[in-house]
Amino acid sequence: MIYLDVFLCVLTVICAVAAMVTRKLVAAAILAGVVSLIVSYLFVRMKAPDVAMTEAAIGAALSTVIFLIAIRRTEEEER
Amino acid sequence: MKQVLAILALLVLAFLFAGLVPMASKPGNGAVGDYYATHGIADNRGSNLVTSIVVNYRGLDTLGEVTVLFLSVMGVGFILRRREGTPKYSPVPASPILNTGANLLFGSILLLGAYIFVHGHLTPGGGFQGGSVIASGVLLLILARRDRELSHDLLAWLESLSGFGYALVGLVGLVVAGSFLANKGVLPLGTWNRLFSAGVIPIIYILIGLKVGAELSTLLDIMIREPAPEGGGH
Repeated sequence: MIYLDVFLCVLTVICAVAAMVTRKLVAAAILAGVVSLIVSYLFVRMKAPDVAMTEAAIGAALSTVIFLIAIRRTEEEER
Repeated sequence: MKQVLAILALLVLAFLFAGLVPMASKPGNGAVGDYYATHGIADNRGSNLVTSIVVNYRGLDTLGEVTVLFLSVMGVGFILRRREGTPKYSPVPASPILNTGANLLFGSILLLGAYIFVHGHLTPGGGFQGGSVIASGVLLLILARRDRELSHDLLAWLESLSGFGYALVGLVGLVVAGSFLANKGVLPLGTWNRLFSAGVIPIIYILIGLKVGAELSTLLDIMIREPAPEGGGH
């Protein structure tokens, strides 16, 4: 179980760095959502289910959608 | 140069906060936290201590948090308000996969959201989490039913009434029990771990759930339905 946690921590950092480095805005938004999703699992492992639910609902779902809408609305200017 | 400065700032911050890490991981640190941990269940009879803290001990802060959310949604609504003469919905119908999925999932997502905030004082989660789950269900509906319009009037009424109800519950506490948002002495506290327990906490969390769900649904609907402005949006 601890190996899975360490693997997911490393994956979180990789996804976060990838979201910063990538030039594609849609990919960056999706990667930020993936970071939230993994972090919410880690919150459950750290016995904080309330925070995990907030992170999964707000971080992984709603803010990713809002980013995608914002990207679609500004796509004429930069992609 | 900028990168070097950023790395330097990070190192200074890491040095400053390194001493705090062992302090934060030690339990039983700080008188307020100890009080909540030992007296929380006796004070409120809610089996979810986080909810007791958020809604009762820190109820005023939560009222402020709800106000911040309300103001931000109002700001988005003001900036992205619908201009006269723009079509109200997209003429392109949704794909059959999205339609069928929305039909299947919308009811259960709504039920899950309502369950989360109705049981906020018993199980993990509460008004904010349940409200955002409901908003994500509404998002599915917005994407699938493009020929229908979400009633902003109804959502605004729901949102205003639940915000008003929250403040009203606080004032009832002020009149009956002597302090704003008081829990003891307003409603019977009931038995620990029952649905009808913990005094006014479930009432407040149901109101917060409805308010957050209505606000986030309105926000998403405004952002999705508003067509992109002509010529790059300047």
